[in-house]
Amino acid sequence: MSAGIDLQNVSCDFGNFRAVDNATVAIKPGEFFSFLGPSGCGKTTILRMISGFIEPTAGTIKIGDKDMKGQRPNQRPTALIFQNLALFPLMSIWENISFGLEVRGVDKATRRAKAQALLEMVDLPGAADKMVSQLSGGQKQRVAIARALAVEPAVMLLDEPLSALDLKLRQHMRAELRAIQKRTGVTFIYITHDQGEALAMSDRVGVMSQGRIQQVANPRDIYNNPVNGFVASFVGENNIFTGTVTNPAGGMAGFDTAFGMFRARLGEQAKSGNIKLYVRPEHTILSETAAAENAVPVTVSEVSFEGAFIAVHGKTASGQTIVAEVRNDGSATVPEIGAARFAHFNAAHASILPDTTAVA
Amino acid sequence: MHAIRQTLARVYAGAFIFYMLIPLVIMSAAAFNDNKTPSIVPWKGFTWKWFSALWADDRMWHAFQNTIFVAIAVSLISVIIGTAAAILINSVSGNLRAVLYSTMISTILIPGAVIGISTMIMWTKMGNALDTEFILFKPGLHLSVLGQVSYIASIVMLLVLARLQSFDQGLEEAALDLGATHAQVMKRILLPHLYPAIGAGAAVAFFQSIENFNVTQFTRGGADTLTVYVFSKVRSGITPTINALALLLIGVTLLLAVLYEIKRRRSANIEAAREAEARRAAALEEAII
Amino acid sequence: MGNMIRRYGTSLTLLICLLTAFWLVMLVIVPNITLLESSFRPYLPVTEIGGPKDVYTAANYMKVFNGAIEISPFGFSFQIPVHVLTFSLTIFYSVIVTLICFALAYPLAYFMAKILHPRSLPTMFLLLFVPLWVSEVLRAFAWWIILALKGPLSWILMQLHLIDHEVRWIVGYNGVMIGLVYTYVLFMIFPVFNAISSLDSNQIEAAEDLGAPWWRIHWRIVLPHAKPGIASGAVMVFMLSAGSLLVPSILGSTTSQWFTQTVQQWMLDALDWNTAAAYAFILLLMCTLFVSLVMRVFRVKLSDIAN
Repeated sequence: MSAGIDLQNVSCDFGNFRAVDNATVAIKPGEFFSFLGPSGCGKTTILRMISGFIEPTAGTIKIGDKDMKGQRPNQRPTALIFQNLALFPLMSIWENISFGLEVRGVDKATRRAKAQALLEMVDLPGAADKMVSQLSGGQKQRVAIARALAVEPAVMLLDEPLSALDLKLRQHMRAELRAIQKRTGVTFIYITHDQGEALAMSDRVGVMSQGRIQQVANPRDIYNNPVNGFVASFVGENNIFTGTVTNPAGGMAGFDTAFGMFRARLGEQAKSGNIKLYVRPEHTILSETAAAENAVPVTVSEVSFEGAFIAVHGKTASGQTIVAEVRNDGSATVPEIGAARFAHFNAAHASILPDTTAVA
Repeated sequence: MHAIRQTLARVYAGAFIFYMLIPLVIMSAAAFNDNKTPSIVPWKGFTWKWFSALWADDRMWHAFQNTIFVAIAVSLISVIIGTAAAILINSVSGNLRAVLYSTMISTILIPGAVIGISTMIMWTKMGNALDTEFILFKPGLHLSVLGQVSYIASIVMLLVLARLQSFDQGLEEAALDLGATHAQVMKRILLPHLYPAIGAGAAVAFFQSIENFNVTQFTRGGADTLTVYVFSKVRSGITPTINALALLLIGVTLLLAVLYEIKRRRSANIEAAREAEARRAAALEEAII
Repeated sequence: MGNMIRRYGTSLTLLICLLTAFWLVMLVIVPNITLLESSFRPYLPVTEIGGPKDVYTAANYMKVFNGAIEISPFGFSFQIPVHVLTFSLTIFYSVIVTLICFALAYPLAYFMAKILHPRSLPTMFLLLFVPLWVSEVLRAFAWWIILALKGPLSWILMQLHLIDHEVRWIVGYNGVMIGLVYTYVLFMIFPVFNAISSLDSNQIEAAEDLGAPWWRIHWRIVLPHAKPGIASGAVMVFMLSAGSLLVPSILGSTTSQWFTQTVQQWMLDALDWNTAAAYAFILLLMCTLFVSLVMRVFRVKLSDIAN
């Protein structure tokens, strides 16, 4: 029995500081939803408001259509997995897992059986009587998941639970978390500052900055169709051009820059203010001859080999660096440093967006 | 030159230990000397008779009983108050914390005589003001208990506070999140973490109470505790029964100390074994992925 | 407070606050206020308490200046009230005891912190803790045996032919000082040890490497680092010494008198509780002054001393 979560105009102030500003989002039952943003963006505050450790200053939070106002953490159908996991060091593994049942007065035999079943689900069948200090990082991770699942929560809240693990294990646990979520069908709300993690695991991602939810969309749209400069920059690299919008028509527009007139998709929020053109390095192509549109002459200044791809840096006459990524599949030729090239991009792959990173 | 200084330091440390222990050895040895005044010279032969005299000393046993009662009461009350105070100090901040903390630790520095006299005067005055004959407001060992608690609670508070500082508040939140009530969090999460410090606090409180003289002397009324009894014996004619008693007390404390040390080492070994297992599990994990 | 209620709930928070309040109000603050109040009241028969003569007066404090005796230190003789003399000698000898304790404790603390192998530390601690666990009265009693006229000290010195007749060791304040040093030196060792332990040994080696002689290393590096520990130890030893009643009573001679003994005489022999309160308050005041002085000289906070 998983439940959806409705945040309606939720704000949270700490003194004069507005940690969360008018957040509205509807998370569907059974969804894997991530809040993605840099530290201090308000994502942890949202999580703590959902779990009940912080009361919102304004707005309502509903879990499964029930208003959570005044409900304390121990009364909410949520289970939180903490950043440091917060396993109880003085209890054995099975006692940890069944703690939520213990406080509900479930008898010992039932608790033990349930703990054993959950341990098997997270692939740790022999660990019931061990102590927390006997487990490795990955094993602790699984115990924390089992402990949260034991109370059969409608919603699981995960506060960067993988951040303590090393890279390889982190990637392994991503897949495992995703599998557990699919198997149990519980709504997962996942907090992270790692865009790769959010994009790889989630059904939908909410990108946050400075207390506001900037965009809610599936990972593909977040990456390919960001609504503003912040989202575009936070989830990936960009070549950015400044200029002014001309002749908007049918979702496309001209963009007048120092390098001439470009054409690109016009973002919905690109109405006024500080408007820029964003194009990803992997959509930037270097060629020896100028293309029909959206081309800038550059001199290759640096070539850095990144493994799966090769990043070629070109300098324009005005000194701006433009990066083009070439897949390292043997097909592409890598230019020499100092070679003259044209950097160009397809209008469908470039977006004209408001640059929200500059305004406070 | 370095080596000479190191040797000197070792000799000094040895001499210091000798200086610390020899009075206790002499005192204990005097318990077996068949001589009316407690001493090891002149040695008049080995005897057990001071132990049997001690066994027959009713006033001593009564004082011993009183001491144990007082010590149990003091450690019980001090542990409760000291733990509560440590939790309070740990959850407040700013000026309030500074004022509370300073007041609490200043009690350690107040001379025992001052504590004894002030406790005695306050409770008897309160009794007069209420015009009651109720036992609480008369001099007696219960006032000794209250007086001792006033500074021993502070020692317990410091021990518990030190332990609290290594406590991860996230554990409380995790328990609350899993549906525990505040009382359950206290009983299952916070207090178990504090038990080692509470246990140490109880032991320290117990020993502090047993050896307390100043507070007790001014509040006890007519009742004896062991310390008061030994004190009165040293001033008015003394026999080596006191030495026999001292030897027994030293023996008991030594035994407890050794037991404690054995237990500490055992749990340290268990913890080390667990951590080694965790490292093996981590290595295995790395190999599988 | 909001934080506490969120963590522990309303009822537990209330209980915790009540327990702490009982301690601080009923066992610490009110008794000391009562002490101060009583110290300004005259000593009256029961029937006259609350009567016309029961008015606030500083007479109890003035008793300190009664009964002058003549003393002649360094050849200058002058008159001094006997209780003022006791008070001054108590402070003087407590300071001496503190200094001796420091002189004895510092080398040992340094040895334990920097020379002794860490593996041997628990054993060392166990050996040092044994006398600490033995009660104060027994430790004083042990020295009473040793220092007796025909006791082991005289006996061994005579066996070694260092003295040719038994010596009366407990004269003047000798016995008191020996007893106080033995009883309280451990309270100096532990804080100084803790402070020196936290000093990075590399600093000492760096100083040696730069050619500093051993005494300069101690003076310029170890001692300044150990300052908070020394302050803490000094405060503890001084307070315990000045406030001690057992040791001066057991190891005192006919010519030694400790201020706590005077307080005790007012309280238990003269049964004049109000004067006892006044004297106790003087003792408390002196201790407070000493602590503030040490804190100022060593520039440490009260919280450093408690550690």
